[in-house]
Amino acid sequence: MSMPGTTAWFAAHELRLTWRETFAMLTGGKPERLRKVAAGVLIFIAVMHVVAYFAVGRLADAGLDHDLRTLIAVMAGVLLSGTAVLSQAMESVTRTFYTRSDLELILSSPVQAHRLFAVRIAAIALGVSAMALLFLGPFINVLAWLGGVRWLGAYGVIVAVALTATALAVALTVAMFQTIGPKRTRLIAQIAAAVIGGLFVIGLQIAALFSTGTMSRLAFLQSDTMVALAPAMDSILWWPARGALGDVSAMLAVVASSVVLFVLTTALYAPRFAQFVLAASSVSRGHEVAGRARAFRVATTGGTLRRKERVLIMRDPWLISQSLMQLLYLLPPALMLWHSFGSAGGAEIVLVPVLIMSAGQLAGALGWLAICGEDAPDLVMTAPVAPGQLLRAKIEAVMQCIGVVFLPFVIAIAALSPNAAAIAACGIAASAGSATAIQFWFRSQAKRNQFRRRHTSSRIATLSEAFVSIAWAGTGALAVAGNPIGIVTGVIAVGIVLTVRSFAPATR
Amino acid sequence: MDRHSPPALDVRGLRKSFDARAAVAGLDLQVRAGEFYMLLGPNGAGKTTTLRMVSGLLQPDQGAISIFGVDARLDQVGAKRIVGWVSDEPMIYDKLTPSEYLAFVAGLWGVEQTVAEARARELTDLLGLGKVAHARCESFSKGMRQKVALAGALVHEPRLIILDEPLTGLDAGSARLVKNVLTERVRAGATVIMTTHILEIAERMADRIGVIAGGRLIAQGTLGELRARIGSGDTPLEELFLAIVEKDSAAA
Repeated sequence: MSMPGTTAWFAAHELRLTWRETFAMLTGGKPERLRKVAAGVLIFIAVMHVVAYFAVGRLADAGLDHDLRTLIAVMAGVLLSGTAVLSQAMESVTRTFYTRSDLELILSSPVQAHRLFAVRIAAIALGVSAMALLFLGPFINVLAWLGGVRWLGAYGVIVAVALTATALAVALTVAMFQTIGPKRTRLIAQIAAAVIGGLFVIGLQIAALFSTGTMSRLAFLQSDTMVALAPAMDSILWWPARGALGDVSAMLAVVASSVVLFVLTTALYAPRFAQFVLAASSVSRGHEVAGRARAFRVATTGGTLRRKERVLIMRDPWLISQSLMQLLYLLPPALMLWHSFGSAGGAEIVLVPVLIMSAGQLAGALGWLAICGEDAPDLVMTAPVAPGQLLRAKIEAVMQCIGVVFLPFVIAIAALSPNAAAIAACGIAASAGSATAIQFWFRSQAKRNQFRRRHTSSRIATLSEAFVSIAWAGTGALAVAGNPIGIVTGVIAVGIVLTVRSFAPATR
Repeated sequence: MDRHSPPALDVRGLRKSFDARAAVAGLDLQVRAGEFYMLLGPNGAGKTTTLRMVSGLLQPDQGAISIFGVDARLDQVGAKRIVGWVSDEPMIYDKLTPSEYLAFVAGLWGVEQTVAEARARELTDLLGLGKVAHARCESFSKGMRQKVALAGALVHEPRLIILDEPLTGLDAGSARLVKNVLTERVRAGATVIMTTHILEIAERMADRIGVIAGGRLIAQGTLGELRARIGSGDTPLEELFLAIVEKDSAAA
């Protein structure tokens, strides 16, 4: 047992808390589910290996005598995982600042708090590494199996990416804290974390659109333009890619650099975390500021409920960042729409499924907030309003938001093809309706700030929400293409919805 | 008060169990219209469960609940229309201002615009929320949040106000303000049912006191009636309460 207050002691404390939290999250607080969860994780890993086999198996022979195009493709993969990891790390760092939980106890105790913060920064790095390895590990394993053990060097590159991303996340968040203050940092960091995660992919899509006329990222990465713009093959910028391809010295250099960066960042910022936490805590507990007086408006019961949902959605920075993310993913199809307007045909085959899928995802998020995320359940339940009326109003609020976001796209598509616009409108309605219905069937009361954990409350709901969105998106694409197989995917979508309905908890 | 008018609350044979453990075990309780009724009991006695069933937040396993003659199990919406509920943990919307919150509550209870606006202004002033009426509740202290929740419970002028330990965590000034508002409401004809662990408050404010233990009502009456039953003319409520609970526990 280590001495209380030492770094090792804090690490043991963090490890215990993290283990219990993860265990509770995976098992839903029911230890008897552990076996099922373990089986689920193993199945997931096995499926990921199959997916990896078909996705990257043919690349296993890419040799160390790589050409520039190979380096570009591998480097893009490294950067792609880097943005995702950076996004996750920023989100974790922000949470460390603003979630008080045990920090008041620790900061009021006579221990050296910077040790705890150093441990927490390390825990963030460990967490994001684990997540990246869970998703990317199967790809590396498949490559190593088919192409030789040299591919295992990619594990080192992933760890290096996670360490670098964590160091960057800490530095970026601290820089924001110092420049724009704790209050704005909370909002901006949440939005930035969400946006960074998708920025690289979306940027590639937009670049591809304008250079090759398609949204194929691979075509863009392999294009002559990209090769001409890329650094020379002996540039150190390729070291991460070379490391991933099996160049041991490049991999070790990348790992060593990331370790140095991480240790320096931790040493520099951990001692100052306490003051940041105190500053952040003053945001949450600061004096109330008299706001601008707004008209006192009492609407009908339905109108009152819909307005409340709209106002709460609009005033929720986390949700805005999530919605912004959805909108950001709509940017490439929007640009494609603009690019194709009046000239190229066939753009709607890409646009319609993207819109339908986004509508399903956004409706799922908004549906959870409106139906499950109720901060004043007692008030709403004691109101003299029939439960059906309450739910109807909440669902209407979700559908209104979906309408506001997607209607402009449908109108724009109508200018290209009225038929495609009609299909898009039906697909958006079906996808959003299905996702909202799933949220309704699997609803369980929660606080809005538990939004990020909504996926853990019901795995069936989470998976079916994703599958049904994909099925509707496929149906939309096939319908636009005039392919009769669309009927089959449509039946599959309806089948998923009906099957999920039968799994919904009976007592409501 | 018309002696033929129905009681504010008439509970008969109320039962509720959680995982086979009886939280409320055949409770009978009558609260007269226009009285300030204090419900006391040790932790886990069934007070909150009872009040949550009366407010429509929990479904009873068995029993009847009548609020001013309205069957709360048959006509839930009708019963809710005349009840205001405040819990010990004020649940309000962080992102709304008190003014917006009260407009929301008024909309739920169908209060007419001009009436609601006037009442909201009166309540925010009365509860010392006037200066922050347009500030979001996210930075409010617990006391202020509790006052916003109370204002919400009163904005539709309920005939029966149910409060579950509303003074927990309030400073002396806020507690006095809340007590004054509730006393005023009773004077104006409303009925208040309140739980508290602060027995001095019950002693000072209650018209009648009910003691619950083990999910049943084990004693009820005015302070004088309870003293007549156990203790003497100046026995403090604290001693009465402990003696009643102890006696019941010994009998069980």
